[in-house]
Formats: sequence, structure tokens, C-alpha cells
Amino acid sequence: MSVDKQTVAKIAGLARIKMGDEELERMVPELNNILNWVEQLGEVDVTGVEPMSAVIPNTLRLRDDVVDADPLTGGGKRDDVIANAPAAEHGFFGVPKVIE
Amino acid sequence: MSEDLTNLGVKAIRDGVAAGDFTAREVAEQFNAAVAGAAELNAFIVTTPEAALDAADRTDAKRAAGEDLGAMGGVPIGMKDLFATHDVQTTAASHILEGFKPQYESTVSQNLWNAGAGMLGKLNLDQFAMGSSNETSYFGNVSSPWRKEGSNAAMSPGGSSGGSSSAVAARIAPAATGTDTGGSIRQPAAFTGICGIKPTYGRCSRWGVVAFASSLDQAGPMARSVEDCAIMLGAMAGFDPKDATSLQMDVPDWEAALSSDLSGKRVGIPTEYRMEGTDQDILDSWEQGKAWLKDAGAEIVDISLPHTKYALPAYYIIAPAEASSNLARYDGVRYGLRDLPEGAGLQDMYAQTRASGFGDEVKRRILIGTYVLSAGFYDAYYTQAQKVRALVSQDYEKAWAKCDLILAPTTPTASFPLGSLNEDPLTMYLNDVFAVPASLAGLPAMSVPAGLNPDGLPLGLQLVGKAFDEQTVLNAGLAIQERAGFDHAPERWW
Repeated sequence: MSVDKQTVAKIAGLARIKMGDEELERMVPELNNILNWVEQLGEVDVTGVEPMSAVIPNTLRLRDDVVDADPLTGGGKRDDVIANAPAAEHGFFGVPKVIE
Repeated sequence: MSEDLTNLGVKAIRDGVAAGDFTAREVAEQFNAAVAGAAELNAFIVTTPEAALDAADRTDAKRAAGEDLGAMGGVPIGMKDLFATHDVQTTAASHILEGFKPQYESTVSQNLWNAGAGMLGKLNLDQFAMGSSNETSYFGNVSSPWRKEGSNAAMSPGGSSGGSSSAVAARIAPAATGTDTGGSIRQPAAFTGICGIKPTYGRCSRWGVVAFASSLDQAGPMARSVEDCAIMLGAMAGFDPKDATSLQMDVPDWEAALSSDLSGKRVGIPTEYRMEGTDQDILDSWEQGKAWLKDAGAEIVDISLPHTKYALPAYYIIAPAEASSNLARYDGVRYGLRDLPEGAGLQDMYAQTRASGFGDEVKRRILIGTYVLSAGFYDAYYTQAQKVRALVSQDYEKAWAKCDLILAPTTPTASFPLGSLNEDPLTMYLNDVFAVPASLAGLPAMSVPAGLNPDGLPLGLQLVGKAFDEQTVLNAGLAIQERAGFDHAPERWW
């Protein structure tokens, strides 16, 4: 499978990365080189193999069902949370107008 | 001025401070000066000499009070700029996080400070840890302190932990943190003649580490000796309830159990690692490594890891897929850069912010990841890659019936000049061909220096162990270290 300029433009849109014509043109062969190379995975017989995402045997834990079980990840940190926001206002994240 | 303390490693500094041979403050002052004098390496994005001095003073005060100094007491280190550090800029070497000052501390860095370490500064890296040469940082390339004999060309320190490898090799830091997603500790360690270990996935908490590919990312130490790595890994590792994949296991005392006697251990040599494009010097050092481990009492056995060839392409689907999801958080709203053109709406702000804030390699990987996860291609690419990952992991499981650890080269070549591999992303990716399989399987893996090639550049040997068996990896590393006697240091030009 390979991508054309239109497809790259669509992916860039999905990824919310603005790209001009020149950049899209440049990306097409770069992405195709990578995609053509990963195609070789199609040769591998994967019959009966389960896809793997967790490599080391582990179980998902539940934390104690209490407020601020771990103070580092608990509540009451509004000012810390917005300390690095480019446009925090009145204790909220500021964004451009969404609805006219 | 007292003796030069910058040639000392973690253990020597810690023990020297504890014994009163010198103060932690003297150590910090000397390393601060060494860092300040090495700006040409571009190893640091920000330096924090005051933080190093403060930590040193705390250690000296503890010693005066007769208190325990900790496993890293009095040791100033470099912190890869992927770890969130409280009120100290944390960028992942990107423009999009420029100016970001976390209001919290990563678990791994906090563990190190609790163990008595101090911070010299935040180390440069490939942007979002995506790269193998340290040429994708927004803050400029990092130079290796090593150069080819008879050449002045700037060489790559490897990547992505290239600021870490450069600083440790140049003796401007006795040790540094690294992170390894697909070789980012081991390849730079090999390129610069130092040691680096990626522990079993889950040993070190990922909390507060800027995420690249969460199922692969793992922190580890980089230092000039196996003992120093064992000490520092012990300080970094440990269960953390804030990371859902953290291993709920005790951290062994790796330092205390170090032994270079490998009697009864079987070392597997994977036939599939004899790949085209590997330097003869690398193959020779591999042979030498076998002889060293045999001399240490190990038995050498041939093994097969049949899916080795497919590990790298599977990695270049899985890692970008996870990255495209992880990096969705950089939106110009919560932290970092916001690029808001006049009159633009929310969607335009996202797209413009991300266009200005991410470098080319990061964009490339986000696009690949978005594509392989998109409707219609998910099964053909992503599910297939996850299945291949399972097969790579099963290869190791089968190999463990025949051997206790695996010896292989770390990289197919020695370091290369900066700028020499830039025209094609794929050639760059091939640097990690020997490193990626252990990452996909989450196994502990280490690079130790083996010697110099005829150009005078360092070569590394890689040891891969069973899950949770860092000890055997470290022990075999120690056996190589004792026999290789690698005491070369780059000649100072900076």
C-alpha cells in the first residue's frame, strides 16, 4: 500500500498538523519508503497468534476508593494544573471562541 | 585546587564523600565547572549548578550529623530532559514544550534525589526521544566527545539519550539518566564507550517521564562502569502506584550481588544477528566477547531468534502508533506553545501549534502512527505488528530453554559523523536493529564497552537477560568489563 498527497493531507488533518503543499509533497516519498519497508511484516505467518500489547506479565491494580489516595495525583491542584497554560483565565484554560 | 574529582564515577564519589576524602560540595563544584566548560558539546539544554550545590550541601550536612547519605549520596548527575523536574524547564528537546516548568517531580528523579544525588542540569536528546543520532533536538545537535583518529568531524553521540552519553563520556557528569524505547540507552552508550542498562519493562516508573511509546518506554542509568549502573539502577527502580504498568516487586540489591563468576551460566549467540551491513570490527568484537564470557566460566551455545528480522519493522508501526496517540496532548491549551493566528478558531489553533511546535521526525512518526491506526488499515498494520511482537517475544521464551542470557553486538556500526545519515530516515532506523527486539519483549538489556575500532571509536557489546534478571545481565557485563579493561577516554577538544 502506498500513500499519495491527498492521503497525506487527510492524515495530517486527522493528526491536527497543518502542512503546506511543499511539506506534503516532501512527506509522500518519505512515508512511502517507510510503509513499503514495513510491508514485509505481511510475510509472517501469524495464524493463531494473539496480538501483544503488554509484554511483561502484570495485573491491573485498583487504587483505594478514597479521595486523594495519592496526594500527588489527587485533587486541590488547580493552580498547579494551569500554571503552564498559555492562556489561563479565572482558574480555567482559555481557548479561542468555539461557538459563534 | 584539590585533586581532579571529575574522573571519578558514582561509587568512587559516594564512597569518597562517605569516607571524608572530599566533600560533596567539592565534587559538585568541579562538575559544575566541567559542565560550564563543555558548552561546545551541547549536551545540556539547561544547567542547574545551584541545584547541584544545594544537594551537595545537604549531603555534607547529613555526614556532619552522622546520618545515612543514601546510595547516591554526594553524586551529581545529569537528568535527561524527558523527566519532569519541579520548576526546572522540561522540554523533551521540543519547541512545543519550550518554557514548560512542571509543578511536580517524576518518580525516577525524585527517587534519585531521595538517594542523595544532585542535578547538574537537563540533558539534550532527540526530540521526544525520536532519533538515533541526536540530530532532531530543537536545541541543536549534541556532539560526541569522541572523534575519528586524524579527523575533526563532529561525531554522533547516538540517540536518543545522546546528551547523557556525551556528558558521561566527556567526564562532565559521572552518570546520567537515560530512557530506552528501542535502543535509546544502549546505542548511545555503545557509541561513546560507556555502560547503560535498560531494565525489565516496569522496573522504573514512567510517571513524570514525557511519553513516547508507553508499552516500550523504560528508564535506566548510563555511567562509566557496570558497578555504577548497578548502584544507580537500584536508586531509580521501585514500585510506583502512579504508573499502572509499574512492577509490584522488591528491588534486588544488584550492587551487593555483583559477581563476574559466570560458572554454570549458558550464553546464547543468536545466529540471526549475523546481518548484512554489520562492520567486520563489530563481528570481531562479538567473537572477543564470547571468549571473555567463556573465560568467566560461561558456556557458549548457539540459539535461534527466527523473527529478529521483523522486530524493527514491527517497532516502526507500534512505536509511531503509540506516539501519535501520546502526542495528541500537545494542543496549545494546557501547557507549552500556543500558536494562534489572528482570527483563528480552535481547530486552526491546534493545527498551527502542532505545525510550529513539532520537528520533522516527530511529524513523520505522528503521521505514520495516525495512518496505521486509521480505519481500514488498523488490522493490516497495527494488529499484524502486535502479532509479530508476540512472536518476537516467544522467540526469547524458547531461547531461555537453552540459555540464561544472550550476547550480541549493540549496534551494526560504530558512531558516524553528524549529518551523514540524514537523507533517508530508514538508514537511521537500522541503527537500532540489534537493540529493538529486547525492547519489544520488555527484557533487561545492557551495553558495555568492548574496545576501540581502527578509527579509534568505541564499540559496545549487548547482553540481554530474562525478565526480572537484571543481575545476570550486570554480572556478565562485569565479566566483560574486567576482561576488556576499557579505560580509554576521549581526548579533550572542547
